[in-house]
Amino acid sequence: MAVTQLMPGASTPATAVSGTDLPASSPATRSPAAPRRAATKGAHVAVKSLSHAYRRNDGKVLDGIDFEIGQGEIVALLGRSGCGKSTLLHMLAGLTQPSEGEVVINGNGVREPSHKWVMMFQAPSLFPWLSVAQNAALGLKFTRRGHEIDARIPEILDLVDLGAFADRNAQELSGGQQQRVALARSLAPQPEMLLLDEPFSALDAFTRRNLQRDVRAIARNLGLTLVIVTHDVGEAVRMADRVIVLQANPGRVAEDTAIDLSEEERAGGAEGFQREHSRLMGVYSRIAEAADAQDDIANDFTQL
Amino acid sequence: MSDAAQIPQFAFRLWSLGRARGLVNGLIGIALLLGLWWLGGLIVANDPDLYAFANFAPEPTLKRLWSMVLSGEVISMSGPSLERVGLGLIYAAAFGVPVGILIGRAPRIHELTNVPFQFMRMISPLSWMPIAVMAFDTWDGAIVFLIAMAAVWPILFSTAAGVRRIDPAWLKVARNLGAGPLHMLGSVILPAIAVDILQGVRLALGVAWVVLVPAEYLGVTSGLGFAINDARDTLDYDRLAATVVVIGIIGFALDAAVGRIVKKLNWVRAAH
Ligand SMILES: Nc1ncnc2c1ncn2[C@@H]1O[C@H](COP(=O)(O)OP(=O)(O)OP(=O)(O)O)[C@@H](O)[C@H]1O
Ligand SMILES: [Mg+2]
Repeated sequence: MAVTQLMPGASTPATAVSGTDLPASSPATRSPAAPRRAATKGAHVAVKSLSHAYRRNDGKVLDGIDFEIGQGEIVALLGRSGCGKSTLLHMLAGLTQPSEGEVVINGNGVREPSHKWVMMFQAPSLFPWLSVAQNAALGLKFTRRGHEIDARIPEILDLVDLGAFADRNAQELSGGQQQRVALARSLAPQPEMLLLDEPFSALDAFTRRNLQRDVRAIARNLGLTLVIVTHDVGEAVRMADRVIVLQANPGRVAEDTAIDLSEEERAGGAEGFQREHSRLMGVYSRIAEAADAQDDIANDFTQL
Repeated sequence: MSDAAQIPQFAFRLWSLGRARGLVNGLIGIALLLGLWWLGGLIVANDPDLYAFANFAPEPTLKRLWSMVLSGEVISMSGPSLERVGLGLIYAAAFGVPVGILIGRAPRIHELTNVPFQFMRMISPLSWMPIAVMAFDTWDGAIVFLIAMAAVWPILFSTAAGVRRIDPAWLKVARNLGAGPLHMLGSVILPAIAVDILQGVRLALGVAWVVLVPAEYLGVTSGLGFAINDARDTLDYDRLAATVVVIGIIGFALDAAVGRIVKKLNWVRAAH
């Protein structure tokens, strides 16, 4: 598995692109041939009294959202379908502008998309006319860094365990492999933050677990800030250091809680995982039920 | 010999038979066409009223065709025609592709142009002939204009349809990775619709090739249409028939060539 390979050793991609915050890679093991660049620093995000309505006269989808995400933090946004998770994530990515409030990344207001904060969607949406390597290289091409392609793409494909598939057509891969290509495509331009919108929900449980583990490991190794949108409590517990639970109608932060688990415990099954899982499940159900009750009251009103 | 060694051999035989079957059927089709032609020639030759047209039969036609190939006449008469069709297609694509992309991308432009374009598409390109003759100084210009008028619609509509079928997620992914408008066009839209454009060109080529001959009845003194007209006026019926064969063969070859490019560029793989 790529992630276990990439931890130690000078020639592995992780050491080449990351650097300091990886305990396994002491400065002595860092290859002198590695690109000379500052270690990737995750983005710092501040969401400031953000509200959003899609149309002027519609109700608010999001209402008064405030939170901060530290550099290199791994956060899950957990909430029921329709509570505005994707909307919020699009705003973090600069793909949508909020109607009120703002998203500030590294001290600057987000006005437009950037390769520094890349979003990964539920569908990999690879370009079917390109090979795996060409798909992974798109971000570099778009940001006029084509000269880095030859050096970085093989590295990044190894990182997601697809080194042997570089020249295959993107359509010849399985769903899980395609999502790995999408991950490589997001990582290639060296982003400071990855925003994942339920990227594994279409995969089988086994593939999904592997990817959850790998993405968390990659983000930690590279020091990336990672925001994962999910309605799967297990996914939140496995992947995130911190979970922000959103309530619906309008979307608000209902709970902001840390997941305190070691990497081994996250792998699942163990007692610690079960404890955190049922705790978060409790929080999530309470918030979801509160929303249901509210819906019932609203329904009663409309039926009067 | 072991069984394992025989399986691939057997498979190979099946495969080659499969290929040969298509070829054999194609040849039978050609033979059938020649047979009908020959029969028609026989009937004409035996009818005293039609006897003057006996040179339309396959034998004199193919003989004449062979001599025309040897004398270089085939090349000299199809050269100008190919040039006109090529130019017409270039103008049609130069207008049709960008406008098609615009229509496919902007619903408002689509709504605005849909009725006028559908209206103009229904007008036979040849009915522009008088206007073309007045508007252009040269016969050549008028002919190229007529061909372009015929060819532009399939290219334009096929391009627009291709753009509308582009997966919006591709555009979002590209935007997300920092693609500017030029990258959107060059790395997403054009590769995504390349096959649609070429399929439009293939249709356009068919229409253009059909319009070419009557268009070349206009003033010009070169080209396949002129050759047909000229042969009719001089009662040179074997030459006329030979020219018809040349028109058919070139049209078939052009269509097959574009078809091959379409197949090569097509990125859709069968699901497996
Ligand atoms: N483009 C849009 N225009 C209008 N309304 C929208 C649009 N996108 C989303 N909405 C509405 O905003 C609300 C939140 O949608 P959003 O997609 O953010 O929810 P979500 O939490 O991601 O749900 P899911 O878990 O099902 O993906 C929904 O009520 C949805 O109908
Ligand atoms: Mg969503």
